[in-house]
Amino acid sequence: MSAAMRVKDDDLFRYVLRLGDLSLVLGQRLGEWVGHAPALEEDLGLANTAVDLIGQARLLLAYAGEIEGRGRDEDAIAFLREHGEYLNPTLAEQPNGDFGQTVVRQVLIDAFQLELYERLATSADERLAAVAAKAVKETCYHLRYSGGWLVRLGDGTEESHTRVQSALERLWPYTVELFAADDVDRAMADRGIAPRLAEVQEGWMSRIDAVLAEATLERPHDRPYSWFGKRGHHSEHLGYMLAEMQYLQRTYPGARW
Amino acid sequence: MGERVEDKHQWPLYEVFIRARGGLDHKHAGSLHAADAPMAIEHARDVYTRRQEGVSIWVVRSTDITASDPADADSLFEPARDKVYRHPTFYEIPDEVKTL
Amino acid sequence: MYTQALDVQGLEPAAPIDAASLEQRFLERVDAEEKIEPKDWMPNRYRNTLIRQISQHAHSEIVGMLPEGNWITRAPTLLRKSILIAKVQDEGGHGAYLYSAAETLGVSRDQLVEQLLCGKAKYSSIFNYPTPTWADVGAIGWLVDGAAIMNQIPLCRCSYGPYARAMVRICREESFHQRQGYDLMLQLARGTAEQKRMAQDALNRWWWPALMMFGPPDAESTHSSDSQRWKIKRFSNDELRQKFVDFTVPQARFLGLTLPDPLLRWNEATERHEFGPIDWNEFNQVLKGNGPCNVERLAARRAAHEEGAWVREAAMAHAEKQRRRKASIAA
Repeated sequence: MSAAMRVKDDDLFRYVLRLGDLSLVLGQRLGEWVGHAPALEEDLGLANTAVDLIGQARLLLAYAGEIEGRGRDEDAIAFLREHGEYLNPTLAEQPNGDFGQTVVRQVLIDAFQLELYERLATSADERLAAVAAKAVKETCYHLRYSGGWLVRLGDGTEESHTRVQSALERLWPYTVELFAADDVDRAMADRGIAPRLAEVQEGWMSRIDAVLAEATLERPHDRPYSWFGKRGHHSEHLGYMLAEMQYLQRTYPGARW
Repeated sequence: MGERVEDKHQWPLYEVFIRARGGLDHKHAGSLHAADAPMAIEHARDVYTRRQEGVSIWVVRSTDITASDPADADSLFEPARDKVYRHPTFYEIPDEVKTL
Repeated sequence: MYTQALDVQGLEPAAPIDAASLEQRFLERVDAEEKIEPKDWMPNRYRNTLIRQISQHAHSEIVGMLPEGNWITRAPTLLRKSILIAKVQDEGGHGAYLYSAAETLGVSRDQLVEQLLCGKAKYSSIFNYPTPTWADVGAIGWLVDGAAIMNQIPLCRCSYGPYARAMVRICREESFHQRQGYDLMLQLARGTAEQKRMAQDALNRWWWPALMMFGPPDAESTHSSDSQRWKIKRFSNDELRQKFVDFTVPQARFLGLTLPDPLLRWNEATERHEFGPIDWNEFNQVLKGNGPCNVERLAARRAAHEEGAWVREAAMAHAEKQRRRKASIAA
């Protein structure tokens, strides 16, 4: 394999992992809620989003394995990587906190995924385009659900307003990473595979501003430090999550389930 | 066991009607609780259409439904029973007239 | 089986004479397999029995989300994870259909939930057992959902319309549940020695509690006669239990697993399996609240309810604000 091929595959591989890991990690977080939500209907609503996200992760991580070309399937990729090899944005691995924090995290990511998938549906990469086309419909509903809740909580009681405003302050710094383009992002954009992040950010910002306004919430100021889970530099939370998620695969290596 | 947190904010009950496929009527599927109508639609979608059982959802506050009283069944429905001339089978149409 | 603790005693005393003909007419309708609908006349005992039966069933579905929900974050493959989330989602949905059916009888879901959380209402004993291993998820799907199906199919023909219709919906979804559980067990039984051991261990722990799900022996169930007269209960506990054993024994054999009952044997003459004695003392203790997980299950449900109060409150407050805004625009 020539050096050029290796670099090309590697960029695409990393890019697809970023997408897949975002869905995987967020889906994993939502899975923690089932049976513990504020109302029975919310157990179902959150589970619905979780199942969609895991479905996206399956398609994307399977594709990543094919690009890699070492024979790893979706589960080998999902369960058997080291900590630094997961490339989800750090926002996704943040803990659920209360329902308000979960909703805030969800809105921020749903809006991002929607803007991204809408543009990826016309990607030069056919596989990504197909995954994105399907995911757009799911994500539309996810954002409707999470956005609806952000408005109810932001413009509900004083207590609910305070809780979600605090959650927003806490999670806002993690959004910087979503739009900080690096070599992989630029390479993907140059090849017509992924959109320019600046464009995605514009769309995202206008959706977020609209929902924050309706929710009577204030957009927080940016803070200086940035995380880069998408480069494998994670917060302390991912380690615990992986320990739980990987347990059976690690304890019974080679077993089929 | 101490005092339980009183839930003073109980979500009202909505009745759910689903149209399974184009061409069919909306059918009563059951009920659910929601704080408002848009939430009721989302809940109905998550509770009643997980297996593609619907193309259209109606939700109505249960208190907005007026139902006939079964005790009135006789006066409401009995008189129709002997008005058989409303039914097409009452009429004998000669065989020669085929399209009626 | 969701009503093992159903106690029909202590309900309304005998009705006055003019109600006798209403009751007669009611029984004629039930005998003729007519469905009783929410606003139809029904004896108070029928109404109250149904409220208790349906709500216990609903509570069981909700509490039942916990022992399996336990394993969502640790499911060993992405496919198993998706299946498990979908299954637990279904269980929540079943709870929703059942609360909805119970509410047609004049009780509110909030009242029913309150009864569950303060320990007054019962739910199926089976969900008070722990799920320490992944194989338990399979055992629950195979045995617990299997037992539930046995009970639920006859209920699709029960006399009360909303309950029968909810059961039809539930039965359609339930066979997926049993199949995914059996498939999970099959994969383990054909896997590594450790996986096979895990499956056998789970079967050892779930078999007897699954048999107990059908409730006390007929000889001790003195309150079934009304339920059977009213076509709320269509088969006896022992009948259903026997049927379950007869269905399940060959399934276990196919898995290559051993049922933990040395007295289990096929009786050629009766064409049924004979099985060993059930420990009814354990059953009663679990029903009383002394099972392995009763405390944890209720604590989890209470926590969800209490920690979510501010959310439900906020939703109502927002709905009220929207109402007022609409009204002031219209004005």
